Amino acid sequence: MTSALPPGRRRSLRALRTTAVSAMWALAGVGLVVLMWEAVKVIGLLIPLPLNTDDLAMPHVWTMIAGAAQPEVRGSTTTVAEAVLAASLYSLSLALGGFVIGVTVGLLLAVIMQRFSFAERGLLPFVIASQTVPLIALAPLIVGIGNRISIGPLQWNTTASVMFIAAYLAFFPLSVGALRGLQAPTATHIELMRSYAATPGQTLRALRFPASVPYLVTALKVSAAASVVGTLVAEISIGRRGGIGRLVLEYAREMTASPAKVYVAVAGAIAVGLLAAALVTLIDVALTRNLPKELAA
Amino acid sequence: MRSLATRRMTGLIGLAAVAAIALSACGGGTTTETAETTEPAVEETSAAVVEEECVTPTPVSLQLQWFAQAQFAGYYAAKDLGFYEQQCLDVTILEGGVDIVPQTQLAQGNADFAISWVPKALASREQGANIVNVAQVFQKSGTLQVAWADSGITTPADFKGKKVGNWGFGNEFEVFAAITGAGLDPAKDVTNVQQGFDMLGLLNREIDAAEAMTYNEYAQLLEAINPDTGELYQPEDFNVISYEEVGVGMLQDAIWASEERLADPAYQDITQRFLTASFQGWIHCRDNAEECADIVTANGSKLGKSHQLWMMNEVNKLIWPSPNGIGVMDPVKWTQTVEISLGTKNLEGATVLTAEPAEGSYTTQYAEVANSILVGEGFDVTGEGYTAIEVVLNEGGN
Repeated sequence: MTSALPPGRRRSLRALRTTAVSAMWALAGVGLVVLMWEAVKVIGLLIPLPLNTDDLAMPHVWTMIAGAAQPEVRGSTTTVAEAVLAASLYSLSLALGGFVIGVTVGLLLAVIMQRFSFAERGLLPFVIASQTVPLIALAPLIVGIGNRISIGPLQWNTTASVMFIAAYLAFFPLSVGALRGLQAPTATHIELMRSYAATPGQTLRALRFPASVPYLVTALKVSAAASVVGTLVAEISIGRRGGIGRLVLEYAREMTASPAKVYVAVAGAIAVGLLAAALVTLIDVALTRNLPKELAA
Repeated sequence: MRSLATRRMTGLIGLAAVAAIALSACGGGTTTETAETTEPAVEETSAAVVEEECVTPTPVSLQLQWFAQAQFAGYYAAKDLGFYEQQCLDVTILEGGVDIVPQTQLAQGNADFAISWVPKALASREQGANIVNVAQVFQKSGTLQVAWADSGITTPADFKGKKVGNWGFGNEFEVFAAITGAGLDPAKDVTNVQQGFDMLGLLNREIDAAEAMTYNEYAQLLEAINPDTGELYQPEDFNVISYEEVGVGMLQDAIWASEERLADPAYQDITQRFLTASFQGWIHCRDNAEECADIVTANGSKLGKSHQLWMMNEVNKLIWPSPNGIGVMDPVKWTQTVEISLGTKNLEGATVLTAEPAEGSYTTQYAEVANSILVGEGFDVTGEGYTAIEVVLNEGGN
């Protein structure tokens, strides 16, 4: 049967089957989480568990789904699900902004540190030290300093603060990872470039960047996750309105009376993280399309 | 090659970003300077002709302790109903967040005024924050300890041997003052439990008596379904201890201003106008609770309609009546707050304050002038005849 099909059709059929199989696995994963959640609730009824499993602390999955379809507040036309979706998209856009800034700065730092060893010795300790500053100390500081910054009509606002914090968390894994990658070429390769009388810039483009791709892809994944975490934490920390981090906090306060609501928001936060990861996978595919597969892995 | 070009583009964008950041830093410096030089000039004119005309409204920022909610309704009402505008002010209300400390934002010059509880602000003041209480808006403490009706807990003395919840982070001092006042040792005679944002701990009976604000957490309880009856919990299901009634209430929401800047006549004038308009907002909210609850919701609060109105009503009860006029400090309450701040130890043995706050920690000067202006315009500033409205809470606060 299949052999009668033209090769192109056969390939697209195979691709379709692969997609279907991965979709099924993804669904099975979600199903497993749901099953485990409900299983914990059932076990909690039979034997005492160290955590509270009643319907107030752990509402049933169907209660959450029903809660998602409710209007956000009485009389409002938006449902909880719509509010969560809008907030998730907003947070994703902030995280994306932070990610782009963080990656740009991180890459720039990596190139500088690779090119000048004194820069590496001088900058790297600061890059590492930057990540030991607790975010709760940093957030009010950024808001405070930011309030006084403006370029012409453009005034720094809490959106910028959130992006800055996301970028602050995102640049670190990237700069360290990229530096490692840029230093990856072996002495033989570098000597070859030298024998061509290649300028440092040419070496960077033709040798170091391609060699750094596997490191870069890993670093991008960590950076993307960091920027999402940074966005959510910053939203909660400084109270930036509109995003999913703040929504989780707002709904958490209503947990006494409507416990399902907050879990819908948490699901939204998870979705933001997954979408960011998916985005990096796309970058991964684009960057590694010309690499031999064993290197790309 | 195409990808190389893309990468070069990325590099350029990166450079542009760095340049922009550098530029913005310089920009910040220059704008601040110009603002400083122009502001007094604006003030001179507007101080003289504030009633007649307003050329450029003075930009003013107010830092709240938390998100928009009816706790801050007076300020939102003053903004939305144009009371600030009438005083030639352009007010920006800055919402709080988990890590935003209003009095710190004020002391660092990031806001012109801040709302803060008195003990916390005094603690910051002791640590060097140059801030002054210019208006004591809430005259009473809204903190409660809520227990089940069948628990037998009706006074702080009944806390003995019970699990008593508190929020920590400086919100525990009324609880500890009440325990100490009942002749108990907070460290030995009661089990202190750290409480979360919600009241699940009480509903699950993990906590025997939970800390709650009249205007928020207590309402959350009454918005939850009682699984035994299928109806909402009723006030009869709980015993409520009010720290205000026990006599250990500490002053809460007050308007704080910068002490340094109060030496400047221009800022004095702004403070005067800001208080006048804010008080007018609160007076409006006393007489129009439903409208004010809707104003707060329109400003992006996610609280349900009945919860918002409940909060508005309970906040009104904390403000009114104000026998000396709205925002005017009651020296007796001040002394009580300071004494508890000095004398009550928490579990770590720490007190809120280590020394009596210096003279000038609060001033009634601006609030009194604001009151006389409002009286002159025919407003009732004491609310002697104030009666609260009845609010019916719905499930989930909707």
